[in-house]
Amino acid sequence: MLDISPAEWTAILLSLRVAVIATLVATPFGIALAWLLARRDFWGKSVLDAVVHLPLVLPPVVTGYLLLLAFGRRGLVGGFLADHLGIVFAFRWTGAALACGVMSFPLLVRPMRLSIEAIDRRLEQAAETLGAAPWKVFFTVTLPLALPGVLAGMVLGFAKAIGEFGATITFVSNIPGETQTISSAIYSLIQTPDGDAAAGRLVMVSIFLALGALIAAEWFARRATARLHGN
Amino acid sequence: MLRVDVEKQLGEFSLHASFASEGRVTGLFGASGAGKSSLINMIAGLLRPDRGTIVIDGDVVDDTAAGIHVPTYRRRIGYVFQDARLFPHLDVAQNLDYGRRMNRLAADPAQRTRVVELLDIGTLLDRRPGKLSGGERQRVALGRALLSKPRLLLLDEPLGALDEARKLEILPYLVRLRDEANVPMVYVSHDVAELRQLATQIVMLRQGRVTSFGGVKVLT
Repeated sequence: MLDISPAEWTAILLSLRVAVIATLVATPFGIALAWLLARRDFWGKSVLDAVVHLPLVLPPVVTGYLLLLAFGRRGLVGGFLADHLGIVFAFRWTGAALACGVMSFPLLVRPMRLSIEAIDRRLEQAAETLGAAPWKVFFTVTLPLALPGVLAGMVLGFAKAIGEFGATITFVSNIPGETQTISSAIYSLIQTPDGDAAAGRLVMVSIFLALGALIAAEWFARRATARLHGN
Repeated sequence: MLRVDVEKQLGEFSLHASFASEGRVTGLFGASGAGKSSLINMIAGLLRPDRGTIVIDGDVVDDTAAGIHVPTYRRRIGYVFQDARLFPHLDVAQNLDYGRRMNRLAADPAQRTRVVELLDIGTLLDRRPGKLSGGERQRVALGRALLSKPRLLLLDEPLGALDEARKLEILPYLVRLRDEANVPMVYVSHDVAELRQLATQIVMLRQGRVTSFGGVKVLT
């Protein structure tokens, strides 16, 4: 129905790759942080909480610029990673994934944290009396019971990552085939004469992906909830 | 078998209890607020005494003077809570096998069959806890605790959340457990009739102190 050109496909597939990698890499960190915020009291907790939420309230261009300063070729972290591990973020699709991961992180963490906070800690106590060491309690009781929130957080983070624009374009620019995601492709197209039709097609794809993600999140949450309440 | 000599300050409430029991079923008796639950939670390791020692089966699990506090998961105890606390994401069979898996014990089909038959839960194995009645849940919780092969079984008012009819349904199982399972138990209750039927020794608690200790006669 939609007559999508190869260039548009490139942007769509890149967006998917960037968002999938960003979500998968962010998820373990998200779970660990959600657990820490839900279950532990430590000095500086509210500061950590604020830092995690910062990308939500900062102008995306500021986040992107900060990433450029830190992870650019001459950045403190970026220089080290490039020299010692051969990992380069600047103007690469990996940088786009990093930007998307950072921007979507608050949305990814929040449902995970809420679902961990909602778990009855007495179940974890029961597991301990049955001989489960703390890390086993986490993997056999806490994590399975938090699964609806973990999946919801992943889907939400994915949806945010796939639509991210400001930080990505600031950090890794808008290079077709390397860093040009759906969002930046649309941005380019609407500044080009005769780009309207192509932009329209990508807009349709965006809407389709976002709706799909929201429906998937809902479906996961309902399935997992049913699973938890006995059948 | 079980030696307890502990002190614990919990807000305004101070608990100072000392007893040694060789009985098969040690009944902790007292009104609510007497310190029964705090005491059993200290035996379980869920609560840490301020001062004192706890020895299970010759094994020192708490000794504040020596800085010993064995964590709950290494005490090899079983604990049946008033509110069953079955894992909602696992079916009955998986709940029963949880302790064995966590303790890395080899499967023991004979013992499992024995426990399942003792508690009459064979027909429930593939059900989820959400689909069980209160009495069934408590029976599964008993089985789950037993199958982790504990050296001491702690029961904190296991019938407390059940109505009279359900209590009468579970009591015979507890009696059978006492006579057949060969695991010493600590049984917390404020119900004299229950303890008369089950306990072999009584520790009577009042406002955080042991007021009497002895056979079931002390209940009169």
